[in-house]
Amino acid sequence: MNELPQWAEWLISFFIILGACFAFIGSLGLLRLPDFMTRLHAPTKNTTLGVGGVILGSILFFSVTDALSLHELLIAIFLFLTAPISAHLLAKAGLHLELKRIESTRDLRKKPEQYSDRDD
Amino acid sequence: MSRFLPAPWWSLFLLTFWLLLQNSVSFGAVLMGSILAVLIPLYTHRARDYPIKVHKPLVALQYGGILLVDIILSNFNIAAIILRPRKQIQPALIEYPLDISGAVPVTILASTISLTPGTITAELGKDGRSLLIHALNVADPEAAIQEIKQRYERRLQEIFQC
Amino acid sequence: MLVFALQFAFALFGLSLLMNMVRLIRGPSLADRILTLDTIYINSLALLILLGIWHSTAFYFEAALLIAMLGFIGTVAAAKFLLRGDIIE
Repeated sequence: MNELPQWAEWLISFFIILGACFAFIGSLGLLRLPDFMTRLHAPTKNTTLGVGGVILGSILFFSVTDALSLHELLIAIFLFLTAPISAHLLAKAGLHLELKRIESTRDLRKKPEQYSDRDD
Repeated sequence: MSRFLPAPWWSLFLLTFWLLLQNSVSFGAVLMGSILAVLIPLYTHRARDYPIKVHKPLVALQYGGILLVDIILSNFNIAAIILRPRKQIQPALIEYPLDISGAVPVTILASTISLTPGTITAELGKDGRSLLIHALNVADPEAAIQEIKQRYERRLQEIFQC
Repeated sequence: MLVFALQFAFALFGLSLLMNMVRLIRGPSLADRILTLDTIYINSLALLILLGIWHSTAFYFEAALLIAMLGFIGTVAAAKFLLRGDIIE
């Protein structure tokens, strides 16, 4: 690993540490936030950018040490496309199961039956 | 489009995807990618029953840029909320009235809302005219709705003309 | 510097996985556990990519891509089960 130029080493380290910090904060949020719907926010957003940072670092590392390497981008694109979908499905499931929400949640639905998933 | 390339942009996307997966631009990879890029759309294009037309490609590019910046900002935003004491957050379930219509624009808007600061799309209303949004920390729900309208929905309306 | 950064990142991701473990055990609902599994697979694929940098080999890439795809399908299937599997009428 000693053939890396100085700037590349600092840049790669920066991206990796940034990504790791975001992923850590996302997992911390998963542990700390009070109810399911709020917990949903932490991992879907933060871990995605966490992996994004690590992937940027990886692209830089392999492009500098070896030939240009972009295939890690596939993982990043895939995660950015799928994160909202899994978040949406889990939110749907959470609403459907009527999981407990913390008291400070304000429910501003005018017609709650509009959003129920029951067939009636 | 033509008979052998029903969706040229999609074929280009498939070719790029194949080259990224191979991680090289050799003759063999390009040949195999081109064959796949022609065959896959021919085989599956009957299943695509959602015709869309991008009217303003430049606005679409701008939208992508705004989205990328907002995703990064949203991460700092959520990180700040997580590191704060847990009793101070004010979550809310908000009804969001839709101005746009069509499956693809609404899907893009819903995904955008999920990826940007503090909001997640939970459900599409039964009549398809509203979204149910869960916001992690909002003081004024009406202002949040207006911001989404101004920032994203107006641009999507411009891009897809719907 | 890079060695330090990699070790630091390994430690942070390890801690993240530990915290996910705690949430996985505490629950309280099935939806929480599915969400946690989703987070665990994203964290572990990041760990795989870091391992690829550490050994400077691209062999781990395919494994990471497969985890990303299968993990997504698994999350969707489990969420669908929650939505349709237990209908409280």
